[in-house]
Amino acid sequence: MAHTLDNEFINPNSQIKSPPDKDPMLPCLFSVEQVKKETHDTFTFYLSPCENKISFPFQPGQFNMLYIFGNGEVPISISGNPSDEDRLVHTVRLVGPVTRAMKNLKRGDVLGVRGPFGNSWPVYEAIGNDVIVVAGGIGLAPLRPVLYKLLSQRDKYGKIVLLYGTRTPEDILFKRELEQLRSRFDLEVHVTVDRAQQSWKGNVGVVTRLIHKATFDPLNSIAVVCGPEVMMRFTALELEKHGVPSDRIYISMERNMKCAIGFCGHCQLGQTFICKDGPVFRYDFMHTYLTKREI
Amino acid sequence: MTKLTINLGDKATIKSSDIILLFNALRSAGYSVIGPTIREGTIVYEELTSIDDLPVGWTDEQEGGSYRLKKRSDNAFFGYNVGPHSWKKFLFPPSLRLWNARKNGNNFQILPENNDTPKFAFIGVRACELHAMAVQDKVFMNGTYIDPVYKSRREHAFIVAVNCGQAGNTCFCTSMKTGPKVTSGYDLSLTEIIQDEIHYFLVEVGSEIGAEILNQIPHESAENKDIESADRIVEETAKNMGRTLDTNNLKELLYNNYDNPRWDDVANRCLSCSNCTMVCPTCFCTTVEDVTDLKGENSERWRKWDSCFTVDFSYIHGGSIRSTVRSRYRQWLTHKLATWIDQFGSSGCVGCGRCITWCPVAIDLTEEVSIIRLSNNNSESLSSDKSDFREKHNH
Repeated sequence: MAHTLDNEFINPNSQIKSPPDKDPMLPCLFSVEQVKKETHDTFTFYLSPCENKISFPFQPGQFNMLYIFGNGEVPISISGNPSDEDRLVHTVRLVGPVTRAMKNLKRGDVLGVRGPFGNSWPVYEAIGNDVIVVAGGIGLAPLRPVLYKLLSQRDKYGKIVLLYGTRTPEDILFKRELEQLRSRFDLEVHVTVDRAQQSWKGNVGVVTRLIHKATFDPLNSIAVVCGPEVMMRFTALELEKHGVPSDRIYISMERNMKCAIGFCGHCQLGQTFICKDGPVFRYDFMHTYLTKREI
Repeated sequence: MTKLTINLGDKATIKSSDIILLFNALRSAGYSVIGPTIREGTIVYEELTSIDDLPVGWTDEQEGGSYRLKKRSDNAFFGYNVGPHSWKKFLFPPSLRLWNARKNGNNFQILPENNDTPKFAFIGVRACELHAMAVQDKVFMNGTYIDPVYKSRREHAFIVAVNCGQAGNTCFCTSMKTGPKVTSGYDLSLTEIIQDEIHYFLVEVGSEIGAEILNQIPHESAENKDIESADRIVEETAKNMGRTLDTNNLKELLYNNYDNPRWDDVANRCLSCSNCTMVCPTCFCTTVEDVTDLKGENSERWRKWDSCFTVDFSYIHGGSIRSTVRSRYRQWLTHKLATWIDQFGSSGCVGCGRCITWCPVAIDLTEEVSIIRLSNNNSESLSSDKSDFREKHNH
C-alpha cells in the first residue's frame, strides 16, 4: 500500500460531516414507535425523538450508535428513508448482548442514539449513471436508504439494478418491499439464496452469479456493494470482469467501534478509521486490505 | 540577587536552591504541581507536595526489559531518563466517567458529567514528551470532533520543560527528530548545569505566562558562557543515544511488509501484555464500559485506556479481526510508525524508548524495524537479481 490518505480518493462523500454543537459522546433519547420482526433474527425499529421536533437528517450509508440502558452501545446503520427526518429506522440482526437486549424493546421504551456518523454512499456522484446495488444478507439494510434516494429522483439516474443474496428464502429481508420493487418497470431486481427447499422457484447460488443477468452500461455505472467482506470482494471482482472500473465500485466496511468519532482507535483498518473515513470506501482503495488477513 | 523584567524568548539563570521558589510561584498561581518522584523503585509523575519529592541525586539505568534506579554522584534534580509514566495520564485520564443514566420505568435520563478542569503545572517535561503531546493534540483537538476533557486540560497546563542532560540506553529521540533539545511548546525550559561546586539552571522563556512566573523568582540574565554550557550538555546527550531508528522511507517499508516473516518471529516472543501501549506517550486507544448497580436503576458509562494488543479490541460479531499475536504486534508497529503518518501527518513514535524498557521480554521496535528493513532489502536485491537473470536469459 503506498496510497496517501486522500479523502477524495477513498470516497468523495467524506466531507459531509459537520461538527456537532454538543458533546458527541452524549446520547439523545429516542422512544420506540414500532418494532417489526423481519426474519427469525432481524428486527426493524422505528424510533422517534423524545424531545419534541428534533429532526434527524442523514445520508444513505450513515450509522448511529444505539445505546440500550445498562447494556451498552452498538453501531447500527440507518435503514430508513432519508427524506423522512422525523423518524429514525434501524434494522438490526441479533448477534450480541446489546442487539439481543434490543429484541426485548417494546413500543414506548426509550433508547439512546448518537449520530449520524460516517460518510455516505455516492448517490450524488451516481447521477446520470446506471446504478448497481448489490446486497448480501443484512447488507441490504444500509443500502435501503440508497434505493429510497434513487427512486425519489428516478429520472436523474439511468438503469437501476438491485441484486440481493441471502442464506435461505426465510432470511429474505424486507420481503414485501422487495416484491413491490420487483413489480416496477423502472427497476431490475434479482434475488438469490444460498440454499432452499424445492418449494423455492427462484435463484439458488451466490449473489455474484446474478451480475450477468443484469443489464447496465459498465463504463457508465456506479456499483454500491454491502455484505460480508468476502461477498464484497468477490462481487467487486465479478463486476470488474463485467467491465465496471474498480474506482466506480463502492463498499461499506465494518469494524469494532466504541466512540464513532475517531478517538477510540478500535475501527482502524490500515490508514483509515472506518467511523470517520468510511464506512463507505472506493473499492480500488480498499481492495489491497481485503486480500490481507487480520489487518 | 537582582530581579529583572524578563520577556518571552529571553534566557536567564536561576540558582538550584531557588527551584523551590518556582514551585511556590506556580502553586500560588493556582496550579497543582506535577513532577517526577520515586515510587516503587521507579521515577514516576505524580502531584508533588514539596520540592523534597523530586528524585534529587537519583538516576536510572535502562535496557530492553530492565529499569533500575541508581544513586548519582551529584545532587541533580533532573538527572534521570523518562520512566514508565507519561504526561498523558493527566491530559487523557486512564479512566473517565463520561455520563451516568438513571432509569425511570421504561424511560431513562442521561446526566452529563461536570468535569472541572484541573490546572496542572508539569515539571520536568522532556523534548520527546512535548512532541508526544503535540501528537496527541492532533488526535484529540485537530479533527472534526474535539475531546473536551483533553482540550481544557491541555490548554490550561503550564509546562516547565527540561533539556535532557543524559540519554538513556533505550532512547532514540535524535532518530525521530524530537529531541533532546526542547524547541517549542513550553512555558519555561530548564537546562540543569552542574560544574564542580556550581549548580544552577539556564531558563528559556517560551510564553508570556512563563515570563510572568519567572519574574516572580530571583534570576539573572544569562551570559554567553551559560548558554554555551547548556548547549554543550544537550549536544553531549544527543551523541549518546542508546538506540537509533532509520526512518528513511519507513512508512513505505512497513506498507510493503505486511507479510514479512519477521512478524511471526516477534509473535513468538511477544506476550501481548499491552505494556508498550500503556507506557507509550502517544497511544490513545480507549474502550467504554457500562457499569450498572445491582438494582439496574443506575448506569454509568466510563471511558478507559485500551490496547490493540487485547483480543477483544478488534472483536466484531463472529470473532476478532486480529486473533493472532502476529497481527496485533504488526498492527501496533505499523500504526505507530506508518499509518499514523497518513492519519495525522506525523509519526506516532517520539523515540522515548519506553516500549523497549517496559517490554517484559525486551522486544525492541528499533531492532524489529532494522531486521524488516534488512530482509526487505535482501528480497529486493534478490528479485532484481532474478530479473537480471531473466533479462540475461532472454537475450
